[in-house]
Amino acid sequence: MENKRREPLFHIVKRDTLPAWQSVGIRIIAILIALVVCAILTTALTGDNPFDVYYTMFQGAFGTERKTWFTLRDLSILLLISLALTPAFKMCFWNIGGEGQVLAGALAAAACMICLEDKIPDPVIVLLMIVTSIFAGAFWAFIPAICKAVWNTNETLSTLMMNYIATQLVAFFIIKWEVPKGSGKIGMICQDSHVGWLVDPMGNKFLLSIIVAAVITVIMYIYLKYTKHGYEIAVLGGSVQTARYAGIKVGKVIVRTVCLSGALCGVVGLLLVGSVNHTLTTTIVGGQGFTAVMVSWLAQFNPFVMVLTSLLIIFLDRGASAIATSFGVNESFSDMITGIILFFIIGCEFFIRYKVIFKKNSAEATVNTAKAEAKENSTEKIKDKATANEEKEDEE
Amino acid sequence: MEDKKIAVSLRDVSKRFGKVQANSKVSLDIYNGEILALLGENGSGKTTLMNMLAGLYFPDEGQIVINGQEAIIANPRDSFKYGIGMVHQHFKLVDVLTATENIILGLNGKLGKKQAREKIVEICDKYGFDLDPDKKIYDMSVSEKQTVEIVKVLYRNASILILDEPTAVLTPQEVEKLFNVLRKMKADGKAIVIITHKLHEVEELSDKVAVLRKGKYIGTLITKETTIQEMTDMMVGESINLDIERPDPVNPKKRIEVKNLSVVSDDGLKKLDDVSFDINSGEILGIAGISGCGQKELLEAIAGLQKTCDGSSITYIGDDGSKEEIVGMDPLKVSRMGISFSFVPEDRLGMGLVGNMDIVNNMMLRSYRNKGIPGFVERKEPRKLAEDVVNELNVVTPGITTPVRRLSGGNVQKVLVGREIASAPKVLLTAYAVRGLDINSSLMIYDLLNQQKKKGVAVVFVGEDLDVLLALSDRILVMCGGKVSGIIDGRTADKNKVGLLMTKLGGEE
Repeated sequence: MENKRREPLFHIVKRDTLPAWQSVGIRIIAILIALVVCAILTTALTGDNPFDVYYTMFQGAFGTERKTWFTLRDLSILLLISLALTPAFKMCFWNIGGEGQVLAGALAAAACMICLEDKIPDPVIVLLMIVTSIFAGAFWAFIPAICKAVWNTNETLSTLMMNYIATQLVAFFIIKWEVPKGSGKIGMICQDSHVGWLVDPMGNKFLLSIIVAAVITVIMYIYLKYTKHGYEIAVLGGSVQTARYAGIKVGKVIVRTVCLSGALCGVVGLLLVGSVNHTLTTTIVGGQGFTAVMVSWLAQFNPFVMVLTSLLIIFLDRGASAIATSFGVNESFSDMITGIILFFIIGCEFFIRYKVIFKKNSAEATVNTAKAEAKENSTEKIKDKATANEEKEDEE
Repeated sequence: MEDKKIAVSLRDVSKRFGKVQANSKVSLDIYNGEILALLGENGSGKTTLMNMLAGLYFPDEGQIVINGQEAIIANPRDSFKYGIGMVHQHFKLVDVLTATENIILGLNGKLGKKQAREKIVEICDKYGFDLDPDKKIYDMSVSEKQTVEIVKVLYRNASILILDEPTAVLTPQEVEKLFNVLRKMKADGKAIVIITHKLHEVEELSDKVAVLRKGKYIGTLITKETTIQEMTDMMVGESINLDIERPDPVNPKKRIEVKNLSVVSDDGLKKLDDVSFDINSGEILGIAGISGCGQKELLEAIAGLQKTCDGSSITYIGDDGSKEEIVGMDPLKVSRMGISFSFVPEDRLGMGLVGNMDIVNNMMLRSYRNKGIPGFVERKEPRKLAEDVVNELNVVTPGITTPVRRLSGGNVQKVLVGREIASAPKVLLTAYAVRGLDINSSLMIYDLLNQQKKKGVAVVFVGEDLDVLLALSDRILVMCGGKVSGIIDGRTADKNKVGLLMTKLGGEE
């Protein structure tokens, strides 16, 4: 029959907020499915036992005390960048220039160390490093921010482009300062004098960035939730019109918040040069400026949840490289596993926010559309329940 | 007209969005060689109904019959296949492409630009369009863009044309041109549906008028045999006995003096044209007008959210008779001068509230600056206020920490009005304060406005329901096309007179 009812195969409906246990449940299911898919893939491609692979992953991240410290240090750096980006994101300012802002801070810190090594006392240099790197990061964010505030330019493009400028600038200075000449590298800065090396609390060189990250997590939570600035950021993120209506100076808040974002990125640059690496390379940030975007989004801008999401990313990252070495498979394989797990975790957000209603046969379809009316209509109430149950199954 | 063939027949079509019943069992016939005007108040479901023909929505229930056969329109492509073309209120064109490129965009087969161009020129000649096929969209005026949209539809051999408020953005001369084209199409046997709010245009152009009210089909009138009065009555429905109290103005004194206020929108349209009037304390000033006649810009200009042209003046007159010029000042500056304005904007969630925030956070939107420890927000008072508003105005909500976007329209409005009134304003500006509210909530809002009036507040009430405006306002300012069409006394005003003022400047025939 040509005239047969031809409905779209399924349609998607936005759902009300799920109760916490349900949304957590969906996430857990997603992770389990991801692990199963990875397991199948592992066995199919390499013939290895998937449980061994997962065990190795865990070992890679937390196998030894040293490995755990490394994991925590990486976690703290990623977390810090994510925290830095969060205020901007919450304001709906898509700052994807974290990479460049960190590099700017790192460059400023390195410049202080290299140029002033023998000239002024160490504490002054450290102080200068702190100030200049914060300013450098903020400045790198200030340029796109002011463009957005004044001319309403697209911040996604401008922050991204600033990344490349920062990379090239760092490349230029590395050649200028290279040690030894012709190597194209800087090497350990102030290796002998340790000028400008930040303190290692309790002699542990990993601890400083961890402490800074912990402190800033708490401060950021308070800043976003309990301060007037945080409130303004949230209003502006909700609607620019509403912000204007409330008398918020939109341009001012954009510049202030984005500069704060950049300044925190600058702090990360300082930590990378002054504490973690003691050197400067163009790849010192290693794409974490972009990974942080994902961390921040996954946590829905909640600083405490961000600890978990950045832990997840770092765990996968370190675990994956452990697989690569101990199973002798190539790096791409471990990247595949990380990719699959992330795909499921991010993908399940869709099912938390939306409900998919599949096409029923036509009799049921009408019941389904009448669902809302059925509340007043008692005869259809029973059928309605039946379809509701089916829907639940469909989602799974 | 009996010999006319039915082009499209809608049978018991219903569509629901969540809790909103946009269309409920609408049955409507559209004939070839006829222009049908679709009439109804805002939110009566005109656009939704037409979008179902255009394939943007799929009806929940009911049938669409085209040329005697049931048609399933699941997407815009199906819609084209059946010869239906819709020109939307907001144009859907690609700015950087030329007219020709836009017109052939999305069609299957080879991009035969040359042949396409020839065909476009042919269509333009046939119906008398004025269009340069090689002009880029971004170089075009609004009316030219509309022409591209119409030609696009004709290029796809549409025999059923739907135009959603086509004249809203056009100058009178452009409207005349458009109408001539539409008449030619009608003579060519095409079925045309035009959605509009402007009754005199309906009279001038259409053969028949179909009226929708609150998603329901009310009836069809033959344009020649009806009057504007009859159409309005059908549109608004029987006037429910709204027992709206109207206390006498309390010691009215000039509070705000608006003089020569003009506003030009970003795309160069004159939204307000030399508007002058007074707002008095202890009085409700109603503002009537067809939607989009400058009411929004007027309130926003007074509230300091709208750029005004040079020469505009808005003067605030204090209790002691002191005068302050406040035109061009942002809301913050005005409030720092000690002038307390409250403003209930038309776009509740887009301007008055933040949808993702809970009621408490929304309560402090306009007052968060001055309270609490410097730097930190203070939520104790807003929480108390939120509780009060929820209790006193019977807001239906799971709690005061529920994001406001999850409340229904009426409850959102109560939250907004509650907050604005709580700030003890001197001037209360409201735009469509009862839109989407049921009778009881509406009456509650009227009551609140009257209480404010009794306190000596200068209340401005922009409304769409004439009965309400006539029952509530002390004076009514009628706007038409961005100009003041007349200011009349609310107690002696006649609905007919207001209707005429709304559609024609000065109200003369």
